[in-house]
Amino acid sequence: MDYTFMREFADSWGLIYLFLIFIGAVFFTFRPGSKEVADRIARIPFEEDRDDV
Amino acid sequence: MKNGKEAALLGGATFVALLGAGFASDDLFRAHAWVLVFVLAASTIIMMRRMEVVPAGQVPVQKDTSGYMDDVIRYGVLATTFWGVVGLLVGVIIASQLAWPWLNIEPWFNFGRLRPLHTSAVIFAFGGNALICTSFYIVQRTCRARLFGGNTAWFVFWGYQLFIVMAATGYLLGITQSKEYAEPEWYVDIWLTVVWVAYLVVFLGTIVKRKEPHIYVANWFFLAFIITVAMLHLVNNLSMPVSLTGSKSYSAFAGVQDALTQWWYGHNAVGFFLTAGFLGMMYYFVPKQADRPIYSYRLSIVHFWSLIFLYIWAGPHHLHYTALPDWAQTLGMVFSIMLWMPSWGGMINGLMTLQGAWDKLRTDPVLRMFVISLAFYGMSTFEGPMMSIKTINSLSHYTDWTIGHVHSGALGWNGMITFGALYYLVPKLWNRERLYSLRLVNWHLWLATIGIVIYAAVMWVAGITQGLMWREYDDQGFLVNSFIETVSAIHPEYVMRMVGGLIYLIGALIMTYNIWRTIRGDVRDEVPMGGNLAVAPKIVAAE
Repeated sequence: MDYTFMREFADSWGLIYLFLIFIGAVFFTFRPGSKEVADRIARIPFEEDRDDV
Repeated sequence: MKNGKEAALLGGATFVALLGAGFASDDLFRAHAWVLVFVLAASTIIMMRRMEVVPAGQVPVQKDTSGYMDDVIRYGVLATTFWGVVGLLVGVIIASQLAWPWLNIEPWFNFGRLRPLHTSAVIFAFGGNALICTSFYIVQRTCRARLFGGNTAWFVFWGYQLFIVMAATGYLLGITQSKEYAEPEWYVDIWLTVVWVAYLVVFLGTIVKRKEPHIYVANWFFLAFIITVAMLHLVNNLSMPVSLTGSKSYSAFAGVQDALTQWWYGHNAVGFFLTAGFLGMMYYFVPKQADRPIYSYRLSIVHFWSLIFLYIWAGPHHLHYTALPDWAQTLGMVFSIMLWMPSWGGMINGLMTLQGAWDKLRTDPVLRMFVISLAFYGMSTFEGPMMSIKTINSLSHYTDWTIGHVHSGALGWNGMITFGALYYLVPKLWNRERLYSLRLVNWHLWLATIGIVIYAAVMWVAGITQGLMWREYDDQGFLVNSFIETVSAIHPEYVMRMVGGLIYLIGALIMTYNIWRTIRGDVRDEVPMGGNLAVAPKIVAAE
């Protein structure tokens, strides 16, 4: 595990790994049917005055 | 017995601090331990006076634990206001010291010791208290759950104030590990770690026991802020104390590794403390004040993940043209430039929330505050990546341009959004119908804006002057200017910078007065914002 190995691992497999997770997160965000869920979540701050805390 | 355990613990801690003062291996540690003894002894006495003893057999009065836990947030609002004024005042003082060097009063009040006091006071005391109290407010409302852990929230609040006091007095005494934004020595760092873990437990515990199935995006940003700051703080402060009763420690890293660890920490302190945490405030307060849900919730999620994935790599841009490997410098530059996209995505998301409600800006200066803060967020996140480009950095680095950039972000984005949040919170938390005066909010808004614009503009001039004078060669290849010539050349800008900061401070004092009168329950008799509606032209629906 010398410097060169870690350095090359980071800019190949490490980079691909993180990039795929990011792409996955973006695709999950825009999956079909996510808009209705998102619109509902966006209204959470306006439901705080319900008194069932 | 109420508060009995707390008083006993504080008394024990006072004794330990006394031992620290007695067995100190250097004078600075001894002086710092005496500060701690004094603070803890005073806290013990206050806690003992608040003890309540219930006679045997009687059931103690149960405090209501059903609603939200807002007492600690009220204290947080007051602490934020107090530390904000202190931090800005110290800023005006050190700006004056640069313009008129005779104001340096050695040894305790010279520029070198007051500067970290200013940066820590505004970032960690003002910004940190704002983040802790708004995160506690928001996480309860958006989870519809009371804060987890009972009195742990109080420990977080008072523990954090103790950290601030120890850090600030340490700087004045001359105790520092010389790392930007991480100046406190090892024992203060350990204390902050304890407080921060308690903070994480309270915040995460509240999310876990939420009654709302989804976790609102503001809480994602706050959670990322808390976890990342914990990670940064632990790694950057890895060090070996010379003595367990001494104020000096040595970093675990050496040379360029230490420098990179420091700027990995330093830049992510900007990215996760001053950006992610404050974006958590933005994603709650802007929709609430505009009374509309965020423009695009899905954009806010992409904003979150791209900010998290990109910011952590941007730190090396603080070390351009140093011993740091070239590839690492380029990496830092490229990731900084990519940060343009999430930053502007977030700004647009915030501003577009006002779509169809822009007319509210006419009558609501608090909403104006949020809009100005987003505008400064956009401006400083444009300027930052630009300054990270190597060729531009070769002109801007080590000059006052950097100082101007930091202040347009800190005063414009962090300051303004915090002021807006305070104006939102005070009437809600103290059950007042409205603020004492909206006109005074408007005065604050414009004073603050003018102050920032003066500050940033003169620092651009000063920075570019310095940068050009430092790199000027004559035809023989010699540098034209001595360093002191580049200092005296920007004296007028240093005076103007102090004026800009002073105007910003006056705005904050107006806010303090407004908050004080609001808490007292006063309402100023004033003409409503946006003019008299009775004489305004009537708008008739087209149908």
